[in-house]
Amino acid sequence: MTYSTDEMMTVAAARHLANGEVCFVGIGLPSRAANLARRTHAPGLVLVYESGTIGAKPRSLPLSIGDGELAETADAVVSVPEIFNYWLQAGRMDVGFLGAAQIDRRGDINTTVVGPYAKPTVRLPGAGGAPEIATSCRRVIVIVRQSPRTFVDPLAFRTSVGDRVSTVITDLGELRREPGSEELVLTCLHPGATVEMARAATGWTLLVADDLGETPPPTAVELEALRSLRPAAMALH
Amino acid sequence: MAVLTSLAEAITANVGDGDMVALEGFTHLIPFAAGHEIVRQGRQDLTLVRMTPDVLYDQLIGMGVAARLVFSWGGNPGVGSLHRFRDAVEHGWPRPLQLEEHSHAGMANRYVAGASGLPFAVLRGYVGTDLVDHTANVAPLACPFTGERLTAVAALRPDVTVIHAQQADRAGNVQLWGICGVQKEAVLAARRAVVTVEEVVEELQPRPGAIVLPGWVLSAVAEVPGGAQPSYAQDYSTRDNAFYEAWDVISRDRDTFLGWMRTHVLDLVPSTT
Repeated sequence: MTYSTDEMMTVAAARHLANGEVCFVGIGLPSRAANLARRTHAPGLVLVYESGTIGAKPRSLPLSIGDGELAETADAVVSVPEIFNYWLQAGRMDVGFLGAAQIDRRGDINTTVVGPYAKPTVRLPGAGGAPEIATSCRRVIVIVRQSPRTFVDPLAFRTSVGDRVSTVITDLGELRREPGSEELVLTCLHPGATVEMARAATGWTLLVADDLGETPPPTAVELEALRSLRPAAMALH
Repeated sequence: MAVLTSLAEAITANVGDGDMVALEGFTHLIPFAAGHEIVRQGRQDLTLVRMTPDVLYDQLIGMGVAARLVFSWGGNPGVGSLHRFRDAVEHGWPRPLQLEEHSHAGMANRYVAGASGLPFAVLRGYVGTDLVDHTANVAPLACPFTGERLTAVAALRPDVTVIHAQQADRAGNVQLWGICGVQKEAVLAARRAVVTVEEVVEELQPRPGAIVLPGWVLSAVAEVPGGAQPSYAQDYSTRDNAFYEAWDVISRDRDTFLGWMRTHVLDLVPSTT
């Protein structure tokens, strides 16, 4: 089966979520990967969205973090102050799953501005839930397409601190950080990607692991499950 | 005490030029109709407050009603950028927009402090981020018991909070359910509160997980069926995701945007039920 680099990225990200874990999910690519995990190897994955939906089991992929589908299929729906204070800050989340506009070698994330803060060339959406997701979940996975525009150092703005970022999944491969070490290291390439491609898509001198691995390609089961995950609005078209 | 009134009268009586106005709703129950009425009545120099300014705030900002935005995430959820918000920040069109930005946890706790009548709230957050350098309403704080380094965020006290809910009764008691966001805190933090509802019923039937706001904490209640569209009201309507995607195109160009607002907002007469 042929597949796109985005599909490889999403499948690779989904594989990092274990059955029974509790996952605080950002919208977009993280939500797609988390829902894929729940449809494949991790049916008991607990999805928590910042809209206050705990244990959501969406039948189609939500477009926003507040689609009715999430509330209707959730174990519990709580207020926004409650989700951040009682559930996230209190340390009940195993894994935080974030996207990023830009990331640096330490896993710090920028989702605020490109260019100077007072006069940005690109104004991004801002922090949202990310700063506290990044520091309150036991580990953090970031999913982001790798390019010189997204892999930058220094960041224009540090929106979220990357101390707990354990894994970064891109369309080229995976970067990891061993506990105690500061910098992300390329540990795995997706089929077809090369170290040169990864280096060219990175705005700093990329560290590469000695035992660089290759990601197993998506299985037919994974691809089929991923392609059946369509946002409700898309499915109607 | 809540007055059952028309949308136009509710806005006239409760939203003034220069006010700090929070139109809250976390994807669900966004008070679009009330926001449009604020545009029609030509309010100016507002400080708009909201955790998740999305398409409604893009419209208000693009029409130039806001001088300032206090927020934590400004985007079109699942779609991308807010082009009017970006145009205002990047190019000052139609007027410069001053920003005060936070994290969601910070904003939520600011409302909690406001609702609690406290000067500030405490959380673990902001530490190590560049956000702390860009707002005066965040300050480091040591826990008086353990010395842990924490963050204080100043209370939010909007002049008026506007929300949309499913139902009210004739005494102006309001019930909302589904994703309830930060609406309860935003209403209780505000000096005045306006609620639009899908329908006025004889008697509110208790719903699991619902929030009930007694009429005596509200200023005005107006029946506006469909008042959250293209957002939604659970058990009344579904989110018009296709519109949120269409907005990306409508809002990219200033003239296309203005034309859309003229046809769909300015030229419409508000409901007077």
